[in-house]
Amino acid sequence: MIAPPLASTFLQAPSFLDVLYIIAFALFIQGLRGLSGPTTAVRGNRTAAVGMAIAVIATLLNQGEGNWGLIALGIALGTAVGVPAARQVKMTAMPQMVALFNGVGGGAVFLISWSEFRLTGGFAHVADSVTALPVYITIFSLFAAIIGSVSFWGSNIAFGKLQEIIPGRPITLGSGQQIVNLVLFILAVAAAVDIAQGNHSQGIFIGMLVCAALLGNAVVLPIGGADMPVVISMLNAFTGLSAAATGIALNNPALIVAGMIVGASGSILTNLMAVAMNRSIPAIIAGGFGGGGAVAGAEGAGEHAGTVRSTSAADAAIQLAYANRVVIVPGYGMAVAQAQHAVRELTKELEKRGVEVSYAIHPVAGRMPGHMNVLLAEADVPYDQLREMDDANPEFQRTDVSLVIGANDVTNPAAKNTPSSPIYGMPILEVNDSHSVIVIKRSMNPGFAGIENELYYDPKTAMLFGDAKSAVSEITAELAQI
Amino acid sequence: MILASILTTNLAILVLAGFIGFVVISKVPNTLHTPLMSGTNAIHGIVLLGGLLIVGLSGNGAFNKVILVIAIAFGTINVVGGFLVTDRMLEMFKAKPKAAGDDAKPGGEKAGGGEASKEKAP
Repeated sequence: MIAPPLASTFLQAPSFLDVLYIIAFALFIQGLRGLSGPTTAVRGNRTAAVGMAIAVIATLLNQGEGNWGLIALGIALGTAVGVPAARQVKMTAMPQMVALFNGVGGGAVFLISWSEFRLTGGFAHVADSVTALPVYITIFSLFAAIIGSVSFWGSNIAFGKLQEIIPGRPITLGSGQQIVNLVLFILAVAAAVDIAQGNHSQGIFIGMLVCAALLGNAVVLPIGGADMPVVISMLNAFTGLSAAATGIALNNPALIVAGMIVGASGSILTNLMAVAMNRSIPAIIAGGFGGGGAVAGAEGAGEHAGTVRSTSAADAAIQLAYANRVVIVPGYGMAVAQAQHAVRELTKELEKRGVEVSYAIHPVAGRMPGHMNVLLAEADVPYDQLREMDDANPEFQRTDVSLVIGANDVTNPAAKNTPSSPIYGMPILEVNDSHSVIVIKRSMNPGFAGIENELYYDPKTAMLFGDAKSAVSEITAELAQI
Repeated sequence: MILASILTTNLAILVLAGFIGFVVISKVPNTLHTPLMSGTNAIHGIVLLGGLLIVGLSGNGAFNKVILVIAIAFGTINVVGGFLVTDRMLEMFKAKPKAAGDDAKPGGEKAGGGEASKEKAP
């Protein structure tokens, strides 16, 4: 079969292949339905993987004379990189892994669009013929190229920040940031409009990709570490939408459905995360908490200095041992210290003594949606001990000790009490309602939002300074001796 | 006219897929949001198909071939890595209900993912 490209290929495509694509996207949807519960989730994921295999096989069946060597090379390269990475990554490093996988997806999208551009003489006509290319194909391809490029570069920056190759704090151009972003966006769109109107110069196309790449960098660099759950979800949605656009350009229903579902999923998560932080998505994209929060935090530190009560592992152990009810509040600090297994040991030691233990998990704790749940699942913590924020908050009042491990901003009472605080209005875990609080923290440094935490100056709060993992292990050791 | 109907059909598919996506994803609990992200991540690796379709067309120059091989490699990383890592994560969740109370089974990072990768490698 000598395959004419793009739209015309598919006018003649055997309907058999279309059926395979339909089976593939039905399996994707069925697979995602499985993710609604932990017991069906493994099968759900594998169902989706089977769908993907069918889609790939269907596409390979459609190869004409075929460039089998190139295809094998690409797939072999991808497998050689992807499999070891997925096998070896630590659960604590999951956010950066997801960012990286998301980035390569975006990269594939813009590269595909670029190759289409080159193959069709700048979206002029269907290759090997003079048939004009429908303008909608051009538009969707250009959309995919821009969003894919933004997603690729944005995800790589997010990866760099999470991996701490790039500093996690916001890096901004100051007040000019929004203007720069806007100019880059307008330039990219203008280039796209120019191409759609019939400019076939590759220089313009590359210029568009460069603007989109700079925009991806400029949008993510100013975003602080704590806003990462929003950013990662948003970039995920972007890559999904760009894949759906590629699907329309190539008239491939499996790509359209899969891409759009990912777009929907990413949008839902982005919105949930933004709500859980009481921030609007535009505000986050426009550039983090910026300097304002940090300045307020510095002033706060001056006022409060000297009223912090620190404790020892032995005292903390005694406090916990004689409690009836303990709630553990994990945060990013637990992930950084890889403390989830130590926390589980501590829980078991407490349960042996008849202490009732549960975990209160804030939706944005960690660096991606559900980050803490994955870590605790890795440490074999039973589900029924995990409480979502709305269920956990009413229970703090009858909690004897709240043990905060590496969480900061999500426990800050300023979000409820101090209207001038940058995080005022954000839903928090109301740890300060419990009878006493123990906070395990490396130092008094403020969290990523750069805001001082009033909780630490509360008279019923005791601070246990140290690495989360060693501090928790010390408490467990002390407990064993009581 | 035929082209126009292709476009409208595809747009209809797009809109319907969006609604289905919202309904299905809304049912996923907070606990599973990380696996959801990495799973949907793997699914958008389906752009791999775009690379496969275009590399099969005639008329690709040397530079285009390089771009497409990279695109296919990227797509494969996305798909294979995404499904494998999701499988690893979900295995850990699956072990839980039985283990409630005491921890009979430590961790579930066993073979699990193997099958997913086999399906993918041609």
